[in-house]
Amino acid sequence: MKKMNISKSSKNNMITYGIVIIAYVVMQILLGTGNISSLMKGMLVPLCVYAILAVSLNLTVGILGELSLGHAGFMCVGAFSGAFFSKYMVIAAPGMPGALRFFIAILIGAVMAGLFGILIGIPVLRLKGDYLAIVTLAFGEIIKNLVNILHVGLDEKGLHLAFTNTSIKMSENGTFIIKGAQGITGTPNDSGFTISIVLLLITLFIVLNLVNSRTGRAIMAIRDNTIAAESVGINITKYKLMAFSISAALAGVAGVLYAHNLSTLTALPKNFGYNMSIMILVFVVLGGIGSIRGSMIAAVILTLLPELLRGLNNYRMLIYAIVLIVMMLFNWAPKCIEWRERLMAKLKLGKAAKEVS
Amino acid sequence: MSFLTYLINGISLGSVYALIALGYTMVYGIAKMLNFAHGDVIMIGAFTTYTICSTMGLPPIVGVLVAVVVCTVLGMAIEKIAYKPLRKASSSLAVLITAIGISYLLQNIALIIFGANSKSFTSIVSMEPIRLADGQINITGETVVTILSCIVIMIGLMLFINKTKAGQAMLAVSEDKGAAQLMGINVNGTIALTFAIGSALAAIAGVLLCSAYPSLTPYTGSMPGIKAFVAAVFGGIGSIPGAFIGGILLGIIEIFGKAYISSQMADAIVFGVLIVVLLVKPTGLLGKNIQEKV
Amino acid sequence: MAMLEVNNLSISFGGLRAVDNFNIKIKEGCLYGLIGPNGAGKTTVFNLLTGVYKPNEGIIKLAGENITGKKTIEINRAGIARTFQNIRLFKALSVIDNVKVGLHNHEKYSTLTGIFRLPKYRRIEKKMEEEAMELLKVFDLDGEAETLASNLPYGKQRKLEIARALATKPKLLLLDEPAAGMNPNETQELMDTIRFVRDNFNMTILLIEHDMKLVSGICEELTVLNFGQVLCQGETSEVLNNPEVIKAYLGE
Repeated sequence: MKKMNISKSSKNNMITYGIVIIAYVVMQILLGTGNISSLMKGMLVPLCVYAILAVSLNLTVGILGELSLGHAGFMCVGAFSGAFFSKYMVIAAPGMPGALRFFIAILIGAVMAGLFGILIGIPVLRLKGDYLAIVTLAFGEIIKNLVNILHVGLDEKGLHLAFTNTSIKMSENGTFIIKGAQGITGTPNDSGFTISIVLLLITLFIVLNLVNSRTGRAIMAIRDNTIAAESVGINITKYKLMAFSISAALAGVAGVLYAHNLSTLTALPKNFGYNMSIMILVFVVLGGIGSIRGSMIAAVILTLLPELLRGLNNYRMLIYAIVLIVMMLFNWAPKCIEWRERLMAKLKLGKAAKEVS
Repeated sequence: MSFLTYLINGISLGSVYALIALGYTMVYGIAKMLNFAHGDVIMIGAFTTYTICSTMGLPPIVGVLVAVVVCTVLGMAIEKIAYKPLRKASSSLAVLITAIGISYLLQNIALIIFGANSKSFTSIVSMEPIRLADGQINITGETVVTILSCIVIMIGLMLFINKTKAGQAMLAVSEDKGAAQLMGINVNGTIALTFAIGSALAAIAGVLLCSAYPSLTPYTGSMPGIKAFVAAVFGGIGSIPGAFIGGILLGIIEIFGKAYISSQMADAIVFGVLIVVLLVKPTGLLGKNIQEKV
Repeated sequence: MAMLEVNNLSISFGGLRAVDNFNIKIKEGCLYGLIGPNGAGKTTVFNLLTGVYKPNEGIIKLAGENITGKKTIEINRAGIARTFQNIRLFKALSVIDNVKVGLHNHEKYSTLTGIFRLPKYRRIEKKMEEEAMELLKVFDLDGEAETLASNLPYGKQRKLEIARALATKPKLLLLDEPAAGMNPNETQELMDTIRFVRDNFNMTILLIEHDMKLVSGICEELTVLNFGQVLCQGETSEVLNNPEVIKAYLGE
């Protein structure tokens, strides 16, 4: 029994890792033979970014069962803290190898986003359902707003922090690392397809193994019935916070990756606003709430499809919206569920009848 | 003197929030759902008026009336098609996510029809500004109309709910759907009516909002919509006077925040208010407390 | 020493005294019944004992330890486990995982051990698996270990709830209407299981039940609650023949 159980879940996990590795190999072959458009080439890193975001949000939405509409905020924290570090190092320690710099940037982004996850999680996770959703949205917007007025400059005396362009106490030959709404320019392009895939695999590894462990069971128990989980001695706050902050930290990793793929990083409503958060949520919902592999695949398909079908670009969000509504009705409306079950029963009956005859 | 001007502007913006918040709070009170698409109904209302008045050149009153009709029908249709089937769904997240889908749908329909460029909305108010204290305080016609409409609508709504049968039915449904049904109240009809009223108010709010801030895009409604939800939570969700007070207070906070703290941080301040309210008194200023039964 | 000793326990909701001056003393290893008409406050007593509600007055002692006012999880760790009147399983988890969640505080490894699948992870998971299967066997659920809890038939869901509660290794087990919705055969089987649990796990059991056959069949002592107050206490046969109790149940 035991063997079957473990091998079933790890076989499932292997398929997930396998899909990623095969996709990587195929892409590498295409890249090597030059059979790939420049458009597609430019999409490779963003695809991994979105996949990591979707997988990490699924930890909050699918496994913990709380709707977060502020996931882009954590991505924003990761992006800016990681890019800040790299830009600082480019000036302060130009000899540092890019790989090492990026590795540390990833760690910083993850830790910072994770810390924000804890900080925000402590008050937010006391709330439930709609309230929790709207407060995470609020926090996401606040983060984006704060980053937009954040000025950090570097001169021979060190770092200077200010909230307006003019109030910064920096000498004339100092340079801005973060310049308010203009963000960070000149982040070294340390990311690449291979490192992105490795990060995606690490994300999958963390989330999948977490789910199939004592901690994961505790988190899912809280999701399924908080009162019962409490009655068997599970510390609700601890595990909620843990899931929320791990999810945030992974979004931070995606943010660092995103930042190091761009020469200019700015916090716009488009990339770090709640529209982005909702976009990630759409990936999770369409991929199947709680299905880690599904959300990854949905992220890739939904990002690729409109790019490949450029003509449809105007209609892309419209199509997303319709698909989202139809999927929700199809999967959750009691009447639809009933109808589906009846259909399934009929199909089974039909099959059985055929077999008999 | 500038303080008074800010205060009046704040009350004016707050009146718009209050009108939108009424829609949120009524729907939340009765259908127990967060209608995320409510903000986009505002935008549809504003575009309808824009089309009627600016494109077709008809008088403003026609524009407003058509917008009210369009939004009412739209609100009821959304409820019927997207929300009603999910009313008995096992997860309350299902209907919220669907509402987010509707919000996207409305934005993108508007995007395809009207494009992404912002349209300059012609104010429906043609009243001369009022000048007080030797012109140091300047109250625009839009401000006067907005505040007056909000007060009139509030009073009308309170009378409707407390004095009519349909209004009493709404109260009953918000207390206990099952019991209301047993008492012979048409629950589905009452919920549909709630959406109709909320959406009609959203249309008016949209027109007033765009008269005061005349740039109109498919995304015009979403931020005010979210802020109005903050207002509804602030005042205590489900409470109609709460939505009014929450809306006005939030408008004042936003305008003061813009004026005295930082214009870039105004949104953050508004959201900060939401967070503080929910953490200190999750039921809002006038809300009721409900506990899960074990 | 009594396993559970409760003195002067009271709680009011608004103006209503839902539980008023409640006293009970349960010997170790006793099968104790808490009965009374609907709305008498039986489940409220359970909620007070498990820390869901904080009492206005009174003292609750578990095996001599004062647990009054503690949090639900602390009380569970101190040794009280319960089931619920309206079944509360972890529906999307498998049957065996439901029990493993119950083992949460007894078989431990850290989150990082779990993520990195260190040797300790495999060792503890194996032990958990064995313990959980053993418990499932007691309730004849071992054949459905991998089934989703929500797919179990009603009677088995009730049994799974008991198994999950036992997994927390309690000293005192509280069962809230364990036979509700069961047919006579299932009830008979449940009675045997409850006795078996008491004998083989050395358990003290307090149960709320309306099924008089079950109550008179397995409970050694009873407390009758009426309007939040203790109406009568003592050995089962005496209590059930008490004219006051008969009056409370059947009316005048």
